[in-house]
Amino acid sequence: MSLDSKVPNGPLADKWTSHKMDSKLINPANKRKFKIIVVGSGLAGGSAAATLSELGYNVDCFCYQDSPRRAHSIAAQGGINAAKNYQNDGDSVHRLFYDTIKGGDFRSREGNVHRLAEVSTEIIDQCVAQGVPFAREYGGLLDNRSFGGAQVKRTFYARGQTGQQLLIGCYQALEKEIAKGGVTMHSRTEMLDLVVVDGQAKGIVVRNLVTGEISSHAADAVILATGGYGNVFYLSTNAMGCNVMASFRAHKRGAFMANPCYTQIHPTCIPVSGDYQSKLTLMSESLRNDGRIWVPNSKEDAAAIREGKKKASDISEDDRDYYLERKYPSFGNLCPRDIASRAAKECCDEGRGVAPTGLGVFLDFKDAIARDGEDAIRARYGNLFQMYEKISGENPYAQPMQIYPAVHYTMGGLWVDYNLMSNLPGLHVLGEANFSDHGANRLGASALMQGLADGYFVIPSTIAVYLANQKPGAVTTNHAEFKKVENEVKDRLKSLMEIKGSKSVDSFHRELGLLIWDKCGMARDREGLQEALRRIPEIRNEFWTNVRIPGSASGLNAELEKAGRVADFIDFAEVLCHDALNREESCGGHFRSEHQFTESDTEVQDGTTQTGEAKRHDDQFQYVAAWEHVEPGTPPILHKEELIFEDVKPSIRSYK
Amino acid sequence: MPLLNLTLKVWRQENANSEGRIETYEAKEIPTSASFLEMIDIVNERLIKDGQEPIHFDHDCREGICGMCSMTINGIPHSKERGITTCQLHMRKFSDGETIWIEPFRANAFPVVKDLVIDRSAFDRVIGAGGYISVRTGSAPDAHAIPIPKKDADAAFDAAACIGCGACVAACKNASAMLFVSAKASHLNHLPQGQVEKDQRVLGMVRQMDEEGFGNCTNQFECEAVCPKEISADHIAKLNRDYLVASARDATS
Amino acid sequence: MSASSCSLCAFVKSSIGRKIIVALTGLALVLFLAGHLTGNLLIYAGPDAFNEYAHFLHTFLHGMGVWIARIGLLVCLILHVWFTILLTKENKAARPKYAHDATVQAPKSSRMMIWSGLTILAFIVYHLLHFTIRIDSNLAKMGETSPWHMVIEGFQNPLVVIFYVIAMTLLCSHLSHGVASIFQTLGLRSKKTAGPIKFISKAYAGIVYLGFISIPLAVLLFGFGCEACK
Repeated sequence: MSLDSKVPNGPLADKWTSHKMDSKLINPANKRKFKIIVVGSGLAGGSAAATLSELGYNVDCFCYQDSPRRAHSIAAQGGINAAKNYQNDGDSVHRLFYDTIKGGDFRSREGNVHRLAEVSTEIIDQCVAQGVPFAREYGGLLDNRSFGGAQVKRTFYARGQTGQQLLIGCYQALEKEIAKGGVTMHSRTEMLDLVVVDGQAKGIVVRNLVTGEISSHAADAVILATGGYGNVFYLSTNAMGCNVMASFRAHKRGAFMANPCYTQIHPTCIPVSGDYQSKLTLMSESLRNDGRIWVPNSKEDAAAIREGKKKASDISEDDRDYYLERKYPSFGNLCPRDIASRAAKECCDEGRGVAPTGLGVFLDFKDAIARDGEDAIRARYGNLFQMYEKISGENPYAQPMQIYPAVHYTMGGLWVDYNLMSNLPGLHVLGEANFSDHGANRLGASALMQGLADGYFVIPSTIAVYLANQKPGAVTTNHAEFKKVENEVKDRLKSLMEIKGSKSVDSFHRELGLLIWDKCGMARDREGLQEALRRIPEIRNEFWTNVRIPGSASGLNAELEKAGRVADFIDFAEVLCHDALNREESCGGHFRSEHQFTESDTEVQDGTTQTGEAKRHDDQFQYVAAWEHVEPGTPPILHKEELIFEDVKPSIRSYK
Repeated sequence: MPLLNLTLKVWRQENANSEGRIETYEAKEIPTSASFLEMIDIVNERLIKDGQEPIHFDHDCREGICGMCSMTINGIPHSKERGITTCQLHMRKFSDGETIWIEPFRANAFPVVKDLVIDRSAFDRVIGAGGYISVRTGSAPDAHAIPIPKKDADAAFDAAACIGCGACVAACKNASAMLFVSAKASHLNHLPQGQVEKDQRVLGMVRQMDEEGFGNCTNQFECEAVCPKEISADHIAKLNRDYLVASARDATS
Repeated sequence: MSASSCSLCAFVKSSIGRKIIVALTGLALVLFLAGHLTGNLLIYAGPDAFNEYAHFLHTFLHGMGVWIARIGLLVCLILHVWFTILLTKENKAARPKYAHDATVQAPKSSRMMIWSGLTILAFIVYHLLHFTIRIDSNLAKMGETSPWHMVIEGFQNPLVVIFYVIAMTLLCSHLSHGVASIFQTLGLRSKKTAGPIKFISKAYAGIVYLGFISIPLAVLLFGFGCEACK
């Protein structure tokens, strides 16, 4: 099957405008005849549902949480990028576009990324008008900061709670539309399957998590905005409920999963403290603006710190290795996430880690406090320092923080074209759930931008491209396919309940997560991935014969919910490892140990890059790997979408 | 690592229509560095092994921002520690041998769904009754069109920090939602963008709040004491004032 | 029904509207207490000053003044009590009980407003029967000629004094929360004013308390005015 990205022709900067002009419109009187299902109520889903309803469409919105306001977009801390150039520091749409393409290690689509940079400015306007309380300067204008490796100040922020404020803005718009009747909200409702009628996505089957009731919902188009799959690693910065079920169900029904191996590991998280640990907490990357990252020069000092015999302050300046500043003098502690994460792992692998588990490095504010005073640091990061103290019980003003990388964001996702429609007609995918804009690595403060761009500005116009050729209400839940899928869903729940084994769902999830973190985490190699692919079926077999789910399928049953999600994570993990195995190169969030620069490379000799850096193979892998599901246990089929760079020239991503 | 042995008194309730009761569980060998929710995870893991139903509780982000976790710990929503949600509470705050009472957030406007899980959809309806600024996507002026004094922007932010967890309601002797409602009204009413719909917003949100069956504020400020985001009851004063003015304007126009 | 009366209905039905009514009527009663106390303290200035004050009250505006005040106060009192009872009933209905209850910072006074209030109501009834309607014929006779002597005589009974002191203690408690609440409910409290309001509220409650109990205690314990009344 050929994958047509449907990126419009013409000059890069005109593509989006001309696409909107060339696309069909739906007449206002007809819009209300169309029903659209939106699964997920985070930044992408919530903004899409609210905006589509404002346009006149009938929207059914679903979320598993008790309220759309709790979607995990809320946890984003740092900020949102926009090419406003309010700081007059040389930013522009093209620069944001270029930074995003480069940050993504030249593995994203030019057309999509340029559109993202274009609409970024409108997002800020929209959010300010909604009352999002962005940080302001004394003159009353919006403040910006530099973030996540950007050389310009283009990040808008609301203290350390930007995601929350943006989501609440979007949630308010959604509640307004719900009150008006344009959106019907189904909270505490989980999508358990996609219904495909004659090759087109026409509805979903859901479970009411409170009553356990299974029901079908038909629509003219289905939008998935269900977030990423970071929880396949069990421990991640994602919320406990984040899962891949909706995406994976769609994948099983024919939608292609693209680039799942691109997973982002965030460098500044609080280290793991024990095996009971349920999640990892992110400390905003903004901390790297003032904090300096280091480990001791010697393994002996590191061991002494781990054993509590020495404190960070006992290590003299000469005995410290500020490794990011040493390796990347111009970017220093602000180098991109994947680089910072991998560097931390290397130090810990060398035995120089400082947390009790050996997996941790210092993030030190000593110099910043000496330079700017404790009050200034408190004003900038007070809430983050407080959060750290609450979790670790240590005072970060007195002792450096300990941090370690953790899974944070997943760039891969369901394959979509320029209209954000998957290869399954009618199925649209937004936000983190799709693969489209971040390539192999996402820049800081770009996730919020993409979620809102997709929901507020892209899908409201591109969905018409599909709907214009549809007869509204043509498929109803009376269609036999709905009955069939509903029965399959019920059978699956029944078989889960009937296993009555001896191990908890979480124990399987933990086992899977450890395996994937180990073999397909910050660094991967062929052997490890093959090992993972051998082990996953074993985990699956044991899961389906030995999982224990107490209670019943009628009514609230958290274990049953988790079981369905973990079952899909197990199957998904195979696609993830296949993709990672297939991609014989290193790029962005995918680092294959076999593919790194060594002394023998000319690029190292001429100083373009240095040893240990990711080595891409553009000649072989400048494509999107889109995987087609066959059946669990059978390797998925690879489809390629070649990436064509007309405007930028892929180069070695150097942050030296 | 130090370990704790605790006795838990937990509210168990099958569903909204059944009677609830307090059950006693032993929580043995709990690491002090575990979070409170991880402590319950450990207890649940053991319950599952013993063939019992685990304790149901709401939780999601586990970093104090989604507002999902909703436990009353020893009679105080999110525990007696100030400025945190339950998920941010760590076991190092407890001592060995302690008995801990764990109940759902209680309010008739928040019916129990199961065990510690409650239904807070009343909050969503209050927001839908006016807790927004109507701006159609794409119709916004440039973000710099209206400068906003930093003082106002900061005041709006202080109110906007609300995570909608409902601890204020659960702590209030009257199950009043005034802190939640006033925080949202105050956030939007502090901003120039929010002025156009201010009266309508205040009247609408208060009407919905009353219809949902929340109690009335008696100025005891238990709400601000338990608020994980430490939102001030000053916002309640502002809502009272805005309501008085809106009612007067409504009556005379 | 006109639009404006509809708005008024909505206001009176709303939780905040009712609270504002309670606050405004409370404010009137609080101000009345200040006047009442000032007048009462004239008792220490001797029979002439006090009786002259009593005479003034009864003849102000040809005797209408006292009735206007009485009716006004009665209306305030009825509204205050009526809406408080309504609010309290709603509050009780809104909150199921915790098996293990705890309080973080709400002072005792704020948690017993309804009980302190109802006791004060009972006291007001008694107080009116005692010194205004004067069901005791002896006091009634004295009241005609010298209200000052009536008061001294009225506080000779220790039981009466004990009841007065209890009622005033509860009034003090009621005011210490109530006065601050007026500011909060009328929207006059803010970060800057919160401290002063708390102080004013407590100070006012204290002054009213000490002022009012000083008279029965002075009469009963220290024999104030007894030479004259005997």
